[in-house]
Amino acid sequence: MRRDPNDLDRYTASERVTHWIVGISFILAGLSGLALFHPAFWPFTMLFGSSTWTRILHPWFGVVMAVVFLLMVLQFWKLNTMGKVDWQWLGRIREMVSGDDQNMPEQGKYNGGQKLLFWLLVLGTVLLFVSGIALWRAWFHFPVEQVRWAAVVHAATAAVMIGLIMLHVYASIWVRSTIRAMWYGTVTRAWARQHHRAWYRQVTGIDK
Amino acid sequence: MVWQSLDIRRRSATTTPMPQARESTEVAKLIDISQCIGCKACQVACMEWNDLRQEVGYCVGVYDNPPDLTAKAWTVMRFTELENDGRLEWLIRKDGCMHCQDPGCLKACPAPGAIVQYANGIVEFHQEHCIGCGYCLTGCPFNIPRLSDQDHKAYKCSLCSDRVAVGQVPACIKTCPTGALHFGSKEDMKEHAEQRIADLKSRGFTNAGLYDPPGVGGTHVMYVLQHADRPEWYAGLPQDPAINPLVEVWKGWTKPLAIGVMAAGVLASLIHYVMKGPNEISKETEKEVENETRPE
Repeated sequence: MRRDPNDLDRYTASERVTHWIVGISFILAGLSGLALFHPAFWPFTMLFGSSTWTRILHPWFGVVMAVVFLLMVLQFWKLNTMGKVDWQWLGRIREMVSGDDQNMPEQGKYNGGQKLLFWLLVLGTVLLFVSGIALWRAWFHFPVEQVRWAAVVHAATAAVMIGLIMLHVYASIWVRSTIRAMWYGTVTRAWARQHHRAWYRQVTGIDK
Repeated sequence: MVWQSLDIRRRSATTTPMPQARESTEVAKLIDISQCIGCKACQVACMEWNDLRQEVGYCVGVYDNPPDLTAKAWTVMRFTELENDGRLEWLIRKDGCMHCQDPGCLKACPAPGAIVQYANGIVEFHQEHCIGCGYCLTGCPFNIPRLSDQDHKAYKCSLCSDRVAVGQVPACIKTCPTGALHFGSKEDMKEHAEQRIADLKSRGFTNAGLYDPPGVGGTHVMYVLQHADRPEWYAGLPQDPAINPLVEVWKGWTKPLAIGVMAAGVLASLIHYVMKGPNEISKETEKEVENETRPE
């Protein structure tokens, strides 16, 4: 369904579905993981049937997340290669955060912050997956010294990942009319010109 | 099972204080390795009292049988043939939970109340609260807890807390035919060990001593060793056991810190939104772009 024929396509249906499978499995893995992370979050076990079910389900949420995220990486990695302009953008992120984004370097489909986030999430998912396998005693038996390392890496990486995703969510709320791109795929021309001018010119052919 | 006489002093995944009012005597099991003949009567008594029946396995070529601790074998004899100064010594160590004063299993456990330590020092697993994650195996410095393949719960020696609660000695102690196993207050056990060590020293075991490792705050299962300077000779008994530093990092101050940072992130986002307002396209810009690009 297309709301306005003048809008620009930003995400295909398959990209959107992939994103939301990753997003939902991240939330489920996050809530079940936090329940095991600290007693303050223990009540989250009730969301999953019982504490034992939380332990059983958590690794499977993680597997779904990692596998579907791999598909997402295959879809998006080329668009996220970092260039000189991206580092320039990141160097001036203070202006962006202070709400004074008029003079920020012109950005393609993704800005430097989005690209850096993308690669940090790739790294984080790899660390979570590898350490998670070592912790998954229902299926795997690793030497205890490796399991201890895995426990530290898994918990620390997960905490950083939750922070990154909170940033990702807040950015999409703060920059208005962004979330609709991931709901039904399109953005307004004004949005594209304001936030991703190089991309706007590329898809519209308008040199302005 | 929680007995009135066994106040819970520590409880896994619990951040508030446990009952402290009642005083209790710390207990200990003393295993005098120099008097053990390896008959395994204690293994049998443990099975009998705790209603455990480890599946009959195979001979692996040594006396160790079963060859390792399991969810249904909470104590096993570990036999070591040692050639020391041209003499053969047969070291037989009864392996099982050491009931650490500072238990790594309890520290690692994420399930509230699945592992408790009683005021008398006994560390016990409450399987009905156990979620089967195996973190206790990761936390233990002695490689003791075992996850059951049958029910995915963790098991280990309970020091017969049910017997101790009603003034009985653990089943293994009750059955030992040579007097190698003793049970009583930790103080009494240390005193008894002193006598045994003096005797061993008089018979040429100059390095005889008590194994009550301070790295885990002492243990409520102690050994009299002929060679206390070389605990590793006894089937790899650790020299100076302590909760692994990685476990301390994993389960220490880093967690509240991480929670604080995450909460600060949420708060910072809220404050940012309130101070800066949404990053919105102005009506004028919308109109401008609209007029430029809308096909007539």
